[in-house]
Amino acid sequence: MWPDPDLKVASLVSNGQHPKSGRSRRASQDARAVELGLKMAGAASRVIHVGDGDREGGLDQYLGMGLPEITLLNADEQADAVPVLLEYLKGASFDIVLTGVHAEQGEASGMVPYLLAEQLGWPLVSHIADIRKVEGGRAEVLQALPRGQRRLLRVPLPFIATVDSAAADARQYAFGAARRGRLVDAITDAPVDQARQEWTCAPAKPRPKRLHVAKAKSAADRFKAATAKPQGQGGSVIREGTDQEKATAIMELLVSEGVVR
Amino acid sequence: MLPEWLLPALVIMALGLFAIGALRRILLWRAGRPEPVRLIAGLMAMPRRYLVDLHHVVARDKAMSNTHVATAGGFVLSMLLIIPVHVFGLDSRWLTLPLLVSTIIMFTGAVFVYRRRRNPPARLSKGPWMRLPKSLLTFSASFFLLTLLASDVLPENFGHWVLTGVLLIGVTLGLAELLFGMGWGGPMKHAFAGALHLAFHRRPERFGGGRSTGLKPVDLDGMLGVAEPSDFKWNQLLGFDACVQCGRCEAVCPAFAAGQPLNPKKLIQDMVVGLAGGTDAHYAGSPYPGRDVGQAQGSPHQPIVDGLVSAETLWSCTTCRACVEECPMMIEHVDAIVDMRRHLTLERGETPNKGAEVLDNLIATDNPGGYEPDSRMNWAADLALPLMADKQVADVLFWVSDGCFDMRSQRILRAFVKILKAANVDFAVLGNEECDSGDVARRLGDDATFQTLARHNVATLRKYRFSRIVTTDPHAFHVLKNEYGDFGGHYDVMHHSTFINELVTQGRIQLDRFKGGAVTYHDPCYLGRYNGEYESPRALLAALGIQVSEMERSGYRSRCCGGGGGAPITDIPGEHRIADMRVDDARKVEAETIAVACQQCTAMLEGVVEPRPEIRDLAELVAEGLIVDAAGPASTATARPSLAEEVH
Repeated sequence: MWPDPDLKVASLVSNGQHPKSGRSRRASQDARAVELGLKMAGAASRVIHVGDGDREGGLDQYLGMGLPEITLLNADEQADAVPVLLEYLKGASFDIVLTGVHAEQGEASGMVPYLLAEQLGWPLVSHIADIRKVEGGRAEVLQALPRGQRRLLRVPLPFIATVDSAAADARQYAFGAARRGRLVDAITDAPVDQARQEWTCAPAKPRPKRLHVAKAKSAADRFKAATAKPQGQGGSVIREGTDQEKATAIMELLVSEGVVR
Repeated sequence: MLPEWLLPALVIMALGLFAIGALRRILLWRAGRPEPVRLIAGLMAMPRRYLVDLHHVVARDKAMSNTHVATAGGFVLSMLLIIPVHVFGLDSRWLTLPLLVSTIIMFTGAVFVYRRRRNPPARLSKGPWMRLPKSLLTFSASFFLLTLLASDVLPENFGHWVLTGVLLIGVTLGLAELLFGMGWGGPMKHAFAGALHLAFHRRPERFGGGRSTGLKPVDLDGMLGVAEPSDFKWNQLLGFDACVQCGRCEAVCPAFAAGQPLNPKKLIQDMVVGLAGGTDAHYAGSPYPGRDVGQAQGSPHQPIVDGLVSAETLWSCTTCRACVEECPMMIEHVDAIVDMRRHLTLERGETPNKGAEVLDNLIATDNPGGYEPDSRMNWAADLALPLMADKQVADVLFWVSDGCFDMRSQRILRAFVKILKAANVDFAVLGNEECDSGDVARRLGDDATFQTLARHNVATLRKYRFSRIVTTDPHAFHVLKNEYGDFGGHYDVMHHSTFINELVTQGRIQLDRFKGGAVTYHDPCYLGRYNGEYESPRALLAALGIQVSEMERSGYRSRCCGGGGGAPITDIPGEHRIADMRVDDARKVEAETIAVACQQCTAMLEGVVEPRPEIRDLAELVAEGLIVDAAGPASTATARPSLAEEVH
């Protein structure tokens, strides 16, 4: 059934950063979002970037995946991306908006999709691995859970989804396609991110990691230790009961953990 | 008697048809992209290129060379004499006698062609080529007898008109093959296209004993590689048409022998199908292993990949250049393959298997493994290597290459450093400033990344003063020496085998005798065929007291290890592995050690399961055999104190 040209899919992309060299590149998860978009809607899928339009590295690599263009919402370094995106998305009529889980540089808080979903009033599905099909205004979404587990969700359109590293690899980018690709400016008003003005930024220090001591005696045990779901870390699985009861249980947990006060 | 005008008319008609066919052929070539050539100078140089350079290659098969000289020489001479004698009717003994002699020569040659065709080796194409010796015999015999009859050598009215008639049929058949066929795509096309190919060869430097092996750069603002036959330069198309289908390329191609879907001869023939339009149904040689003949179909403006050839065919090539070295027509197979790969990578983004990942790593980290760019010197943490950034000036710049990330290659690098120190060479390395040479990126078709790396390296090298670059990696050696010139980098580059051999002949290091068993030497393609260095490694082994047991295929005919051209990265499946076949070559000469001079060859050959001969780089063998003077080099007047270099 893919690609479905009637489906309106947009992927939000950011400039990535290579973990070893720190060089600018396409962000790994954002590129997977673009890949998923291309799979679902082909050349009709849209790609949106908020930034100053510097093509070096990142944007060129997205264009090299075979996109004819990227919609550029012009904003400088100090701008807050969320209101810019919000305004643009309100004006357009997308069915599915895809993002990475979080950016590879800058704040990388992973909050953008949540803030957008909240203000658009759309559902948000996090860490998806694939979208199986879209039928009758609902999409079958495959959500990635730890240790290779998957959960199939049915989500009404429109929605926002963050694409996990478990999604299909992004295709190779080609120099020729990047050379042909264009950035299309959309006129936007980019307000300054006031909160960030007061922050001071410093490079993160690598923190020591706690070594996991494997007590396994045999290869089978080691395999189990590496793959099995960790047991006995508290919590419980609630299958019975109404949605109200389940929501109450979650709320109680959040209060007890101090997440909600 | 038959009418007098019949024979001249036949010859003139054949010549005319040839001319029309030839013009049509020339127009087919001109569909390619423009490439300036030296028209007059090329044509003037052509006879010499044919008689000297081409026959230098043909003469590797002595019998075939003599056969060709007799047949082709006889034919050209006969044709030149047939026109005055039979068209203009000049009746002079000075013309008829030489014509008789030349047809006899041609006939003799054709007999040998015929004999070879009776039981032809697998590499030869069959089909219309099986007809050719008969046509040659018919042509030469008919013209001999006709000339004899028409001349005053024999008494008047000797010839019976029936005999003359039969001879005229023979003449017609012969002319049809040799003149009509030459212009209209018959086997004799090779003579006409081949002559022009020699005149307008894209690498004229190859003639007169020269060497031209560096790939030509892509104009990154222009067309990226070759998508359709008409995207080739016109003289590349001409080159494809020159192919005689002798199959020497096929016989030496490592990918073909390994059962990967590549056959250089078929590839060139598919390009001919592409430039002329049609299908490969008439191809009568060996197919691509595992692929049927008859599927390929193309025209000058149709995409090549998935019409004429499959992408796997292009990615099977190890760029070892064995086919180019062996081709008597001096066709450039590797250039064509890389041109088509460029389209696949730069336009389609379809580099198979690990290709995309390797290119991605090269772009992001300047090394194919994706290692941290700042960890380039970790292998030499305890060696205190002098850095170019500190020294600014050094006699030798040691180009470490990406071997620094590989633990096996590090042993070669450390061995070489030991030699450099023992010989008190004034050297330095670039350290983290060095980037990948771009060899793999270029051969995977990503000339954009190659050019970025090349420009970066050229800019880095420009900062320092050194008299030469020495490297243990033949791929980096080739690229630095032959391919950086297009980006403003002209250096005196040496491979470590040449350099160490120089140290030995200058007496700067003393070597003990090698104590192992029989040793054979594997010529790396990028050192041997690409750069003509066959002697130094052997001289070096001789200096170690080693009598090299040469493998059947060595020197310019060395069989590739399978590691070049990104072949291990694209990893196209075959029936055998190329490295296994190479180690079998070494087993045949009962070698206990294979001496190599390339880290890629080391990796490939060591990947062969044991028991197999031990794989040792020349640097390792030399470092093991170094005689280190107990008093140390500091005691001699000329040497520098080695400590002063290390501590700075």
